[in-house]
Amino acid sequence: MRPSASQSWLLDAPDWIQNGPQWLNDIGYDIYKSFIFDDRYQMYLKGLGNTLLLTFLALLIGVFLGVIISLIRVSWDKNHTEMHGPGKIALGFLNALSKVYLTVIRGTPMVVQLMIMYFVVFATSRNKIMVGALSFGINSGAYVAEIIRGGIMSIDQGQTEAGRSLGFGYVSTMRYIILPQAFKATLPTLANEFIVLLKETAVAGYVGLADITYAGNIIGGNCYDYLFPLLMSALIYLILVMFFTFLVGRLERRLRNSER
Amino acid sequence: MSADYIIQATGLQKHFDGGDIRALDGVTASIRKGEVVVVIGPSGSGKSTFLRCLNLLEVPTGGQILFEGIDITDKKADINLHRQKMGMVFQHFNLFPHMTILKNMTLAPMKLLKKSQPEAEKQAMALLERVGLADRAGAYPSQLSGGQKQRIAIVRALCMDPEVMLFDEPTSALDPEMVGEVLEVMKNLAKQGMTMVVVTHEMGFAREMADRVIFMAEGRIVEEGTPEEIFSAPGQQRTKDFLAKVL
Repeated sequence: MRPSASQSWLLDAPDWIQNGPQWLNDIGYDIYKSFIFDDRYQMYLKGLGNTLLLTFLALLIGVFLGVIISLIRVSWDKNHTEMHGPGKIALGFLNALSKVYLTVIRGTPMVVQLMIMYFVVFATSRNKIMVGALSFGINSGAYVAEIIRGGIMSIDQGQTEAGRSLGFGYVSTMRYIILPQAFKATLPTLANEFIVLLKETAVAGYVGLADITYAGNIIGGNCYDYLFPLLMSALIYLILVMFFTFLVGRLERRLRNSER
Repeated sequence: MSADYIIQATGLQKHFDGGDIRALDGVTASIRKGEVVVVIGPSGSGKSTFLRCLNLLEVPTGGQILFEGIDITDKKADINLHRQKMGMVFQHFNLFPHMTILKNMTLAPMKLLKKSQPEAEKQAMALLERVGLADRAGAYPSQLSGGQKQRIAIVRALCMDPEVMLFDEPTSALDPEMVGEVLEVMKNLAKQGMTMVVVTHEMGFAREMADRVIFMAEGRIVEEGTPEEIFSAPGQQRTKDFLAKVL
């Protein structure tokens, strides 16, 4: 029979803790059963890996969708009065579709979208990471789209005119002149969206995806004590967020330096 | 229709709100090759709108523009191709802030004229040399003064080897002490035979450099002629009133 946590604790704990004061002994035991016994720390490591992978894939999907949706919306808003024929119909259709997408995604809770995707749309798939990444990506795309659209609209009209007067078409002007500036202008907001996304993936446990939150929850249940397991989950998120905030700050500074 | 006209605009109209507002109300003007035409007039006279219509940054609601004999107001015309030959300089410079000066100048020649990077850079450096800014090639626009920015904007347009240069109040956003350096570049350009259409409030430049001065008011051309005719012996009362205020 497997030894229980309290049995192993007595065997494994170093003397200086066992012989120490009672409170140190208690904390030592709590930490032991939360992270060391049964190699439970490995659940956190796996959870960390899953959270990062999920966030990263969702980010890629989100930015991809966001750029496309924002471009459709901006092109329609700027050009539809001067367009005609099938081009106008196609762009109008895409624009209407984008608006529906934005309304539905931003108007319903992330958890519900995730469960619909996992239990209904992809009911036959057991690949939790891919279904999760798709759900979070589609969700994030809606917010990224509006962020980038705001960025594009914040760029002075003179930039477009300068590009067009040199002979660039609408698309090339966007690509070489407007989008690079819009990205730079929205970088802090986009980074914030990324951090929100990272934390939002904590609901992935609803479909049984073993992320950081899931690990804390399961371990807490196993040791009938949630304090240290959940604190650990929170601490991992905090460190991740602080680390990415630091990276973004550096990137921002470098971008700013290139213009001064 | 003589072949040495590079731009022929006929009956240009720009109406808003179904004709209630008439920024341009039937403007007919032709620009000869190598000619320097200066457009003057009070604010709101439509002179900037007229200039911006010439390369269709502003789409006229009526009339026709022939550029090198081709109707560019025709829906089937590839305006991007024609714009490559019409350089434009703006009141607010509109340099690309995320690129160095050199990149600002080489972007369009490389992407649109398919020039190689060394070739485009060689041309850009030669032009920078001409306006005395070769040492700023690696700088970003925000590191330059207004006058420097406008000189860069001019040579950026020149990098496309345009047939005609359009200037939309190029000195209006500049501090007074920087106006001279920009006008100097424009004068040199005129002397080299560049076809230029200049909307400006710089009457000194008009008097000295213009082959022809067009005076506009309320969306129409009121009077046109040589600088002597317009400045010394204006025929219309409207022109006299305007010149009395600005001279």
